[in-house]
Amino acid sequence: MPLHFELVTPARLVRSEDVHMVVVPGTEGEFGVLEGHAPFMSTIRDGAVQVYKTEGSAPELIEVRGGFAEVGDSGLTVLAEHVDGD
Amino acid sequence: MASLKELKDRIGSVKSTQKITKAKQMVAAAKLRKAQAAAEAARPYASRLASVMAALASKVSGDDAPKLLSGTGSDKRHLLVVANSDKGLAGAFNANIVRAALVKARALQAEGKDVEFYLIGKKGRAPIKRAFPNNVGTMFDTTQVREPGYGEAERVSEELVEMYEAGKFDVAHLFFSRFKSALTQEPTEQQIIPVPAPDIAPVETGAVVEYEPGEEEILEALLPRYLKTQIFGALLENNASEQGASMTAMDNATRNAGELIDKLTIQYNRSRQAAITTELIEIIAGAEAL
Repeated sequence: MPLHFELVTPARLVRSEDVHMVVVPGTEGEFGVLEGHAPFMSTIRDGAVQVYKTEGSAPELIEVRGGFAEVGDSGLTVLAEHVDGD
Repeated sequence: MASLKELKDRIGSVKSTQKITKAKQMVAAAKLRKAQAAAEAARPYASRLASVMAALASKVSGDDAPKLLSGTGSDKRHLLVVANSDKGLAGAFNANIVRAALVKARALQAEGKDVEFYLIGKKGRAPIKRAFPNNVGTMFDTTQVREPGYGEAERVSEELVEMYEAGKFDVAHLFFSRFKSALTQEPTEQQIIPVPAPDIAPVETGAVVEYEPGEEEILEALLPRYLKTQIFGALLENNASEQGASMTAMDNATRNAGELIDKLTIQYNRSRQAAITTELIEIIAGAEAL
């Protein structure tokens, strides 16, 4: 089952796709989100969000700064103030 | 009656003015499209942040709530944040925003409150300084950037939060122009500090949401960000409004120039004809006299 992952900055919607797993750098430690994760909200520290497109594939790294992550029924949403390359 | 040469020069000068207004109109039309797209792209972040805010604000209330949400407990000193553009040629765009801010300032003063201005952009400075010479505090400069973006919103809101925490004001209002269409822009006033809770009903999922660190900590981190988004949104709306107003104003100017050219051309042809007729009469009269 895929996880719906969205990465949003104030300027635009950076990502909106279905992936296998995302590892988010939370303030109190990294956490991985798979499909069906319980509702959860956390602030994030500056670091890389690791996106695993499929099981076992090499992760894609997206550097983010300042923001928070929200897991709900619709999947994972990362609201970041800055994304690398912006 | 102006001489032929004077009329000709006049027509030429109006024509070149028309070229400028026409060019500015087309530039504004292109920029408007871009500004609208930028405003569109900023919406997902703003709406998500607002829904999270709504969910958290309803949970954390009372004495635990951060000062940015609950206020200082007084509403004596008001800060009016007025967002204007740096350039003119946009009809009454800047004047409308300034007027809305001045009306509010006078109303607040009549109630016996203290008023201070925080000006973003160049065009609001002169008229506000004229009306309230002693109340203009900070003037935020945006002339260095082509379009105010998130970086500017960040700096403005950090400065505001700093001033708020230093106890320099109790309530902040933001004045900007909301973009309705290329023809209508609405000067809008919005309270930004204390942060009003978004009036969206929090989505009830039934499941208990876990917060990390705690709800209050998240809310505390969220509020300045929410403020930034509000200011960023206002700057984007303002930019789109400016381009819309500019397009409309320049369209009118181009049309007026066209009318003026037509009128002057008729006048030019008439006086040329009059001169020819006079010359003919002189020749005929001279021939008859022989």
